[in-house]
Amino acid sequence: MSSSILPLTVERLGFEAGGRRLLRDVNLTLPAGGVTALLGPNGSGKSLLLRLIHGLLVPSQGRIVWQNAGRIGGRKRHAWLPQVPLMLRRSARECLLHALAAGRVPGRAALADATLERFGLSALAHQPARLLSGGEQQRLALARAAALAPEVLLLDEPTAHLDPSATREIEALIAALAAHGTTILFSTHDLAQARRLAARALVLIGGELVADGPLDQVMSHPTRPAVQAFLAGDLLW
Amino acid sequence: MDSPSAFSSALTLVITADPAFVGIVGLSLLVTGSAVLLAAVIGLPLGCWLALARFRGRSAVIIVVTALMGLPPVVAGLALFVLLSRSGPLGALGLLFTPGAMIAAQTVLVLPIVIALTRQIVEDLHQEYRDYLASLDLTGWRAMPTLLWDARFALTTALLAGFGRASAEVGAVLIVGGNIAGHTRTMTTAIALETAKGELALALGLGLVLITLTLGVTAVTYGLSRIGARMAGGR
Repeated sequence: MSSSILPLTVERLGFEAGGRRLLRDVNLTLPAGGVTALLGPNGSGKSLLLRLIHGLLVPSQGRIVWQNAGRIGGRKRHAWLPQVPLMLRRSARECLLHALAAGRVPGRAALADATLERFGLSALAHQPARLLSGGEQQRLALARAAALAPEVLLLDEPTAHLDPSATREIEALIAALAAHGTTILFSTHDLAQARRLAARALVLIGGELVADGPLDQVMSHPTRPAVQAFLAGDLLW
Repeated sequence: MDSPSAFSSALTLVITADPAFVGIVGLSLLVTGSAVLLAAVIGLPLGCWLALARFRGRSAVIIVVTALMGLPPVVAGLALFVLLSRSGPLGALGLLFTPGAMIAAQTVLVLPIVIALTRQIVEDLHQEYRDYLASLDLTGWRAMPTLLWDARFALTTALLAGFGRASAEVGAVLIVGGNIAGHTRTMTTAIALETAKGELALALGLGLVLITLTLGVTAVTYGLSRIGARMAGGR
């Protein structure tokens, strides 16, 4: 049996809510390694797709297939970060310890301290997590996810609420995680950020995956008018 | 005895730690503290379960538990009296007119408060935490420790509300305890009895302690809610 949860295969995925089809016939494959940007305007279904892939929602149609059901040694090996990460009513260090305990990771105290150090959070270890700045909270959320050593990180607009300085820090951490072998799928509607981080682009518009390929190719040779309009910055509706 | 001299006698009882007086205060704290502890052990997990579980009739259970927060103490006392009396279904336990019966009576009064408030507090918190906990595979009963711990300040306030209810009530402990001197006499039952007898000194002294306790409970509640707000980032 393979010791990886990748490749991930998404087949004819659809999702309906309140009588509306929010995703339709999404097909994609995510192999091991690299950074993939999931592009699309607000309301295109990016967050929904990430939540479905992570198993937080049940698809209305189609299927999502992780190798080994997404688990190795009984532990889920894909992590998900929402736009605004949830901070527990605890200190930064205790937030990390909580995630490690949930993952039944041994040697938690030492690993928590090492992870805080690695993400530049040691000085904030005993601060209430909810009192950290937006950038610090996002860093802590990344640290919390990374501490569980996931194979895949699903990031939902990880810098949507951050200023340029904090954005730069988070992008550097994402690049470092990717360089260490973590496969990253992140959503954004910031084309410049996609260029900075990703080698591959998926474009989701109106719940349909309208482009999938190397980022440069998707950006320079959009095959569909909707993609062309989105990349040109036109208002789609 | 006129009121000023009764008040000064009351102060003397408090300051000199009169043994009978201390015994009554001690028993009251023991009974109420034990009842709140029991209600916490039973009510916190039950309230948390009720917040997370989805089953037929859940709304009806929530309505009944919430309504029981206002259960009249004399009714609770009467029901327990019937159960514990020699010919009652629990008569063999021999608990009637003992501190054990009084603890049971106060537990019955405090339990709905703890369950109902825990359910509401945990349900609200779970709305916020659900996706994060699910992403860590912490669903169902596995979510309970996180939710109970992160709701600890609000839940402490719920327990203190239960403490306030139990320490102030007189009807239930009077019925199942019998107000026996040196055995089942608490502050509230003693105040009722001594006032009826015209012995205002002891009644006033006990009243002072009760008011001090109420103030203390309020101060602790306020302090905890401040700490909780700070830990929650002022939200």
